[in-house]
Amino acid sequence: MSTLRSVIRVGGVRDSRLMVPIVALAAILLIDLIVVPGFFNLEMKDGHLYGSLVDILRNSAPTVVLAIGMTLVIATGGVDLSVGAIMAIAASVACILIDPRIIGLNLQGNITAVVGDPTYSFAPIPVVIVASLVVAVACGLWNGVLVSFGRIQPMVATLILMIAGRGIAQLITNSIKIIIFNDAFAYIGNGFIILPFSLFIVVALFAGAWLLTRRTAIGLFVESVGISFRASLYAGINEKRIKLFAYSFCGFCAGVAGLIAVSSIRTSDANQIGLYTELDAILAVVIGGTLLGTGGRFSLLGSVLGGLVIQATQTSMYAIGVAASAITAVKAVMVIIVIILYSRQVQDLGGRLVARLGRKQAAT
Amino acid sequence: MTGPATDIVVMENIDKSFPGVHALKQVNFSLARGEIHALVGENGAGKSTLIRVLTGVERPESGTIRLDGVEVTIRSPLHAQSLGISTVYQEVNLCPNLTVAENLLIGRQPMKRRHVDWKTMNRQAREILQGLDIAIDVTQPLGSYSIAIQQMAAIARALVISSAKVLVLDEPTSSLTGHETDQLFRVMRKLRGEGIAIVFITHFLDQVYEVSDRVTVLRNGSVVGVYETAGLPRLTLITLMLGRSLTELDDINRHRIESSQHIGTESLLEAEGVGVFGSIAPFDLVLHAGEVVGFAGLLGSGRTEMAQLLFGIDQPTTGSMTMDGAPIRKFSPIGSIERGVALCPEDRKAEGIVADLTVRENIIMAMQASRGWFRHLSTSDQYAIAERYIKLLNIATPSADQPVKNLSGGNQQKVILARWLATNPRLLILDEPTRGIDVGTKADIQKLVLSLAEEGKSCIFISSELEEVLRTSHRIVVMRDRAKVSEFAGDVDEQELMQAIAGGES
Repeated sequence: MSTLRSVIRVGGVRDSRLMVPIVALAAILLIDLIVVPGFFNLEMKDGHLYGSLVDILRNSAPTVVLAIGMTLVIATGGVDLSVGAIMAIAASVACILIDPRIIGLNLQGNITAVVGDPTYSFAPIPVVIVASLVVAVACGLWNGVLVSFGRIQPMVATLILMIAGRGIAQLITNSIKIIIFNDAFAYIGNGFIILPFSLFIVVALFAGAWLLTRRTAIGLFVESVGISFRASLYAGINEKRIKLFAYSFCGFCAGVAGLIAVSSIRTSDANQIGLYTELDAILAVVIGGTLLGTGGRFSLLGSVLGGLVIQATQTSMYAIGVAASAITAVKAVMVIIVIILYSRQVQDLGGRLVARLGRKQAAT
Repeated sequence: MTGPATDIVVMENIDKSFPGVHALKQVNFSLARGEIHALVGENGAGKSTLIRVLTGVERPESGTIRLDGVEVTIRSPLHAQSLGISTVYQEVNLCPNLTVAENLLIGRQPMKRRHVDWKTMNRQAREILQGLDIAIDVTQPLGSYSIAIQQMAAIARALVISSAKVLVLDEPTSSLTGHETDQLFRVMRKLRGEGIAIVFITHFLDQVYEVSDRVTVLRNGSVVGVYETAGLPRLTLITLMLGRSLTELDDINRHRIESSQHIGTESLLEAEGVGVFGSIAPFDLVLHAGEVVGFAGLLGSGRTEMAQLLFGIDQPTTGSMTMDGAPIRKFSPIGSIERGVALCPEDRKAEGIVADLTVRENIIMAMQASRGWFRHLSTSDQYAIAERYIKLLNIATPSADQPVKNLSGGNQQKVILARWLATNPRLLILDEPTRGIDVGTKADIQKLVLSLAEEGKSCIFISSELEEVLRTSHRIVVMRDRAKVSEFAGDVDEQELMQAIAGGES
């Protein structure tokens, strides 16, 4: 009987998606503890907390935000390659609304007087934020329409906006980098309430996404559509609407990430904002245990941890002294490790080893 | 003839457990050269597990397997193949877009100067199939042939790649027509003549009697006995499988006749000239509350298309439908669920279960879909509903949190039934609800249908087994060539019904 119980318990551990990201995060921090002196030092300066750990959290914010949205898309069996481009679009929209002189809008008074004015914004900041997010959601909706009604492969469908998006972002600002002087807007990416303000945005978004998927039927339907869209259709689930939702939400998250990014660098740089972040977001989701390609069961917390793993690796590499150009190679190694860890062979092997251990324990 | 000297496989005291299930208990199984050995039992009796042990998919916890008198440990399906044990599953796992010859010889294609020698390859493939008395064009894609031919190609491949001594056929006939089944049996007999030992798993008892020499009966993970098929009366076999006698079938008949008095006079659903261009010819249909209407017809006669049309998977291109006298405008699954129509689809794996989700989630799914995204059933409500139906339908599962893919076919079917019963439908369409399901569960489902009818629900019962349709239906609609051809009510003459199904003047 005890064998049986241990087998069941073992099954539980194996199914737990959080094992891989937690172990990975612990391993990276352990390496830091040994190799990098003072990595865990934290200090308070002017009521702000500083340290490498805080840096990891802060720098991971855009990736984690993207990963939350990407989780739902991947769970439906799709993928969204355009999130980096949507970030750039949202950033451009925000910048042009704060400072629209660039497109030749005739403004009252002396133009030079407002340059460098930390309170100036053409549109009120709440309007700026809402408008940017609305545009981001519209971008996501476009992806969703292509995938669900157009029946286009998600990778191809989102590739369109991935390629076109940066052009659109350039177009919005007339290919000019707009510098943001407004302090209220800059607070999004640079502000502190002991911890960086962007962390509070991440936590709020995570809580919102969790409630939206797990306290409604949306989470179940997303998983169901990912596992078998035909069976979901027969069960009365509107598969198209679920996909529309997933891509729109992913667009929303990309908008939030774009705002964080542009606010922290204070420049609308359509060529650089969110560049290659779609790959980080996808990797974060995969590390978190949601299956790319097949979809199905997803874990938002897993994706968040996955994002932290990526950023922790990156920060640690810098701390150790690895050149920035070599970081991509490290990420490639991570991808390989993740693929191996989630392969069926390794999972079966792990399960068998643990089962044997359980039997031995039960025998003694 | 079945002495130890001729036994090619001897499995002794095989034990295997899964979480919550003791799947095999001290099972002994022996297989002689040149015999067709049927393996029968209810769902979850342990047939599949035994086969999975024999073919190296699962490792037994204890017990020995001897092959040709030598004790072996079968490590993997590949290892089993190299030992001469080949398996052909219910679903053909070949590549439908490759040619027949490619499918047969892929991996050992004849080469000529570093290029594939297509001529020799096609000739070899033709010869292999001729050995099985099959004459087809091997240069055509496999997918262009019937499932039966595909299955025989799978058998041929099994013979080619491993020079098999033991051939395991797991439910090979469940998607074959009568003629195709005969064809398969001819091949099986021919192989038997060549000294190959065949394990044949099926739910069709007719076929057990038609083709097998011996039969091993499993029940709850134990062997009940091994019998010469010819000397075993059918009723005894059923009793052995179930562990109880089957007077229930008579009960069902009586039940049907009694319940026919409760059929309402007002129509629940009326279809007038409804059809889908290119898929099903326009038909009229009237359903009453409390009535079970059987759809009979051959595979591909349009039964499933009719069901899908009534449920709103397909949109009608002509005609109109009314429910409770009101015209139906919203043709979609969710629209149907709102009207109180439910469909248990034919293809349980692809259209029914959502494999990775739990039993609980599968059960509440349609109910939740009808409530929409935001009126979320609380977890405790979900458990309450799931537990109620697990009990009501006797679903064998360790818990409501078990992924539904871990359940046996019959129990998966019950989960789908539970999903629809939870929506409290007024019209329940069951498309082949008993396919691949053991005799006991079949009877359970038939009884359930009739009790639902007594509660005033209307049912459409679709089945390839005529006997079953006759036993459960108050009225029978016959389909042929994608059109409704006739309707039978009251005491139906089986002969006449068969004629209607087959068509023609004969």
